[in-house]
Amino acid sequence: MSITEFLTDLLNPDLAFLPKALAIAVMSSIVCGVVGCYVVLRGMAFIGDAVAHAVFPGIAVAFVLQGSLVLGGAVAGVATALLIAIFSQNRRVKEDSIIGVFLVGAFALGIVIISQAPGYAGSLQQFLFGSITGIPDRDLYVVGGAGLVILGLVLALHKEFVAVCLDREMSRAMGLSVFWLDIVLYVLVTLAVVISLQTIGNILVLALLITPAAAARLLTDRLGVMMLLAPLIGGVSATVGLYLSWSYDTPVGGTIVLVATAVFLAAWLFAPRHGLLTRRWRRPGGQELGDDAHPSSRPALSPAK
Amino acid sequence: MRALDIEGLDVDLGGRPVLRDIRLHLDRGELVGLLGPNGAGKTTLLRAILSLARTRGGTVTVEGKPSRPGRSDIGYVPQRHEFTWDFPISVEQAVMSGRTGRIGLLRRPGVTDWRAVGDALDRVQLTGLRRRPVGELSGGQRQRILVARALALGPRILLLDEPFTGLDMPTQELLGDLFTSLAREDRAVLMTTHDLVAAVDSCTRLVLLNGRIIADGQPADLQDAELWTTTFGVSVTSPLLKLVRAT
Repeated sequence: MSITEFLTDLLNPDLAFLPKALAIAVMSSIVCGVVGCYVVLRGMAFIGDAVAHAVFPGIAVAFVLQGSLVLGGAVAGVATALLIAIFSQNRRVKEDSIIGVFLVGAFALGIVIISQAPGYAGSLQQFLFGSITGIPDRDLYVVGGAGLVILGLVLALHKEFVAVCLDREMSRAMGLSVFWLDIVLYVLVTLAVVISLQTIGNILVLALLITPAAAARLLTDRLGVMMLLAPLIGGVSATVGLYLSWSYDTPVGGTIVLVATAVFLAAWLFAPRHGLLTRRWRRPGGQELGDDAHPSSRPALSPAK
Repeated sequence: MRALDIEGLDVDLGGRPVLRDIRLHLDRGELVGLLGPNGAGKTTLLRAILSLARTRGGTVTVEGKPSRPGRSDIGYVPQRHEFTWDFPISVEQAVMSGRTGRIGLLRRPGVTDWRAVGDALDRVQLTGLRRRPVGELSGGQRQRILVARALALGPRILLLDEPFTGLDMPTQELLGDLFTSLAREDRAVLMTTHDLVAAVDSCTRLVLLNGRIIADGQPADLQDAELWTTTFGVSVTSPLLKLVRAT
């Protein structure tokens, strides 16, 4: 399918769910891209995974009670994030084990709850792998509003989050409340995950959080640039992913994640300073590869985004 | 008024006594070396001074007032491994992060903050590298970033935790000179170290610590071998005694 056909479909009133899905996918990948920078830089990807799974029982309860899935997921995710933060104060069991316990426990609870609902198999698949149909109009506003709140909090607390990422001990000495800043960050991660669930699905949502931020980290040594690049990569991946998914009838969540993964691999190979191939070309011995004698290799030299 | 006044300080960690009846005073202009073996409670004492460690008893008074995190006039230089060096941040931003608490919530760094960072970078001679990512710097330069970050608050008291660890001799010497001149600029400097030679050489006063204070005096006054053998739990034939010229 050509780009023009895709644009026509986007404007076709009979396919009203398509622009809605695109809007939600782009909004949530922008939010996830920004929040994901902290997740990647603090090495807390596992926490992202945990809250992603932990929102499942909340969604299951909301599904059974016919309530708002976003709200149900948010409540369950935030509750789990708080439990992890509190339980990990006890240093006898390490944080990653605590996360492991709650991640699987919450997911198990979700499976048990949703099995009580009649005809759950279809909805289960929708939760796990995402879907572009059946998004209520209300969710557009919920996702947009929540996204603005998350980005606002990131802007307001950025300086503090950076200080805690850099040096927890020094942050305490400066009088910052490290515990509460951790909790706020966990909650922001949870909310970013929850608003992304609709299109991407429970299993793959972690990719939206980690992959664009990790790719951005490869492309720059400046935090400000990284926090602009990550949402850009996320947004572009979501758009291209949705287009490919619509053209080739592939699952939308999986396609978006595959596009993001391709961007990450390209960054890993071709990043201006630290890319694997870029470094090889720069070395005197490998110079001929970058010479004009091989014009075919030239386009690849420019970074992906 | 003393810069730092510690009276009868007791600290427990995990139910075990770590520090008992610590009495220590620091005046401005002093560079005091805090020496002791691993587990002697050196870092814990620094944390107690910052009121980051919960104390069981005793008082810590900074410039006449009880110590409080973020309120007291203390610059803290933690061990180098506490800092996330692979973070994508420039040298001057890393130094600015030391002022996060003072700038306050919802505010951005202003002219005063940038001036303080500029002065701190000048003081440790890193101005030329201010835009460099921190990950690209050497061990000695990294240590100076941490010192600049503490200096950015313009503190009267400077606490340094193991600033020499893992650095070569020329770098140690450079840093030792820096600490001496920082103390001469009317600051009280307290530094833990395992580098006995550097400590004996550059400190105006040494404190031997092992759970309690075993000795406190000028390097020349601490030549009784027994003080060192008690503090470090070594035998009288240990080469450590030769290092510190004790008999």
